[in-house]
Amino acid sequence: MKDTWQYKTFKIFNTVILMLIVIVTLFPFFNIVAQSFSSEAYINSGQVTFWPKGFNIETYKVIMSDNMFWVNYKNTVIYTVVGTIISLVLSTMIAYPLAKKRLKGRNFLTMFFVFTMFFNGGLIPNYVLVTSLGFGDSIWAIVIPNAISVFNMLIMRTFFANIPEELEEAAIMDGSNTFGILFKIILPLSKPILATMMLFYAVTHWNSWFPAFIYFTEKELFPVSIYLRNMIKGAEASVGTGATSADNLVQISANIKSVTMVLTVLPILLVYPYIQKYFVSGVMLGSVKG
Amino acid sequence: MEEIGKKTDSKLTNANISRNRRFNTFKKDWQLYALISLPIIYLIIFKYVPMFGNIIAFRRFIPGGSIIGEEWVGFYYFKMFLSDPAFYNVFANTLILAFLLLIITFPAPIIFALLLNEVKNHIFKRFVQTASYLPHFFSIVVVAGMVFEMVALNGPINGLLEFFGSERINFIQMPEWFRTIFVSVELWQGLGWGAILYLAALTGINEELYEAARIDGANRWKQTLHITIPGIMPTIVVLLILNIGNFLQIGFEKVLLLYNPLTYETADVIATYVYRIGLESGSFSYGTAIGLFESIVGLILVFGANYLSRRITDNSLW
Repeated sequence: MKDTWQYKTFKIFNTVILMLIVIVTLFPFFNIVAQSFSSEAYINSGQVTFWPKGFNIETYKVIMSDNMFWVNYKNTVIYTVVGTIISLVLSTMIAYPLAKKRLKGRNFLTMFFVFTMFFNGGLIPNYVLVTSLGFGDSIWAIVIPNAISVFNMLIMRTFFANIPEELEEAAIMDGSNTFGILFKIILPLSKPILATMMLFYAVTHWNSWFPAFIYFTEKELFPVSIYLRNMIKGAEASVGTGATSADNLVQISANIKSVTMVLTVLPILLVYPYIQKYFVSGVMLGSVKG
Repeated sequence: MEEIGKKTDSKLTNANISRNRRFNTFKKDWQLYALISLPIIYLIIFKYVPMFGNIIAFRRFIPGGSIIGEEWVGFYYFKMFLSDPAFYNVFANTLILAFLLLIITFPAPIIFALLLNEVKNHIFKRFVQTASYLPHFFSIVVVAGMVFEMVALNGPINGLLEFFGSERINFIQMPEWFRTIFVSVELWQGLGWGAILYLAALTGINEELYEAARIDGANRWKQTLHITIPGIMPTIVVLLILNIGNFLQIGFEKVLLLYNPLTYETADVIATYVYRIGLESGSFSYGTAIGLFESIVGLILVFGANYLSRRITDNSLW
């Protein structure tokens, strides 16, 4: 059947609208990349949009030779690795038993976990707990309290529940216990979901800043997100004073900020092709069970 | 499980095997409970203890003192915020922002998914999707940094304004612009990602329905109205419940990064007020009382939305 002229017109408009959405979506990102490679004069006069002007990689050298930047960057890597391992292990320990329909108290336990999605202690009681446990200024303040995402756990549970029971029966005949089954059969079969979850958690930990912001006082412990946050808020404050003499400082900041932002999102961009593939299937998997 | 066991047993008529089986089942389940016990302890300590930690909303708490507070004060802190004009301001701000987000950032991904659904060129569709998901994965600190660059006095948006002959505007310091900025950022970051579930639902619609409609002479618009939209309705309802349930939980960390004392007037929300009252000024009990109020309203909204949806549409979360 031939398209009507109205539908043909719509299709043209649709393509234009979607292209505009893509441009608006990507522009801020391309803009900071362009700014990070531009000289301050061009940024200041607002001439940098999609492409760098007055090509300059000096700022990259400056940031990369800043010791504190590397200390904080390394911290983020450590927090992300440790946090992801803890999150993955804990989520598996919940999701696997809850995937077993025969488990007594399964519904109650599921509710016990799901309830925390809708009601939590709130900022201050959490703060009091974490600091009174002596977690302040330590990695545990950021990797422990938010280790489990109930949403992620439910996705894992759905995956485990779909593994045929017969495979386990065979292993029981061979004398394997629960842990044997988990390690020899379930986990090897669950590589796709484990990879998805690893990415889910790793991105969350990489992007996390607020726990470090409230629990950390020592600069040497900051993740790079706090390094960037302080830079952004600091530059903004100096704009706020409106002093013309500070203009030069502000211009440098715009360039430095862009470089720091680019370096901070770089790992996310490197894994983005994988994230895209796994996250989308992961979210859809989760939606099966609601 | 037990039934399968019985059947096999009656065939084998071997009591020993039966007993072994049952014993093995018990042993296996015992190990499952062992596996889940550590996360349960974790959950009790890090999720349920803070819930009971809200007791300090009813007790005078001194930082460094007892973690459950010093003495009972009843509803003292609740009365305090109910007579605090600043509380009504942040409450109103929260409601206004939440409402704007609900009417703008909730329907936008649905429209985006519908538009994308009309694209027949797979490469172009894939490209648009890939691009639109990207901002979802940026850290909100980076997002805040980008926002400051975008709306800066010498930034691209002001450049555009000047090009059209308008004055440059110092957006980030003007309370009247905060809501626009905040909603735009949420829209920018969530549009593509929010569409994923709708796109999944769209692929699940039976192609034969469209065939039948075409034979009946329905044009593309009529097909969208009578087949596509009803087809994704269950998804819309479930996500709407979740949205209403999280109505008050507007991206508090994002507000914290984007606002400044000049924009408190419109930008300050309950969560940021709790943060400043509690952690910055050290009024732990007062902050907890306000936070508890917000949590309880949130809980009522989740259960209310779920109940209504179950009654009206048969779709519900539980």
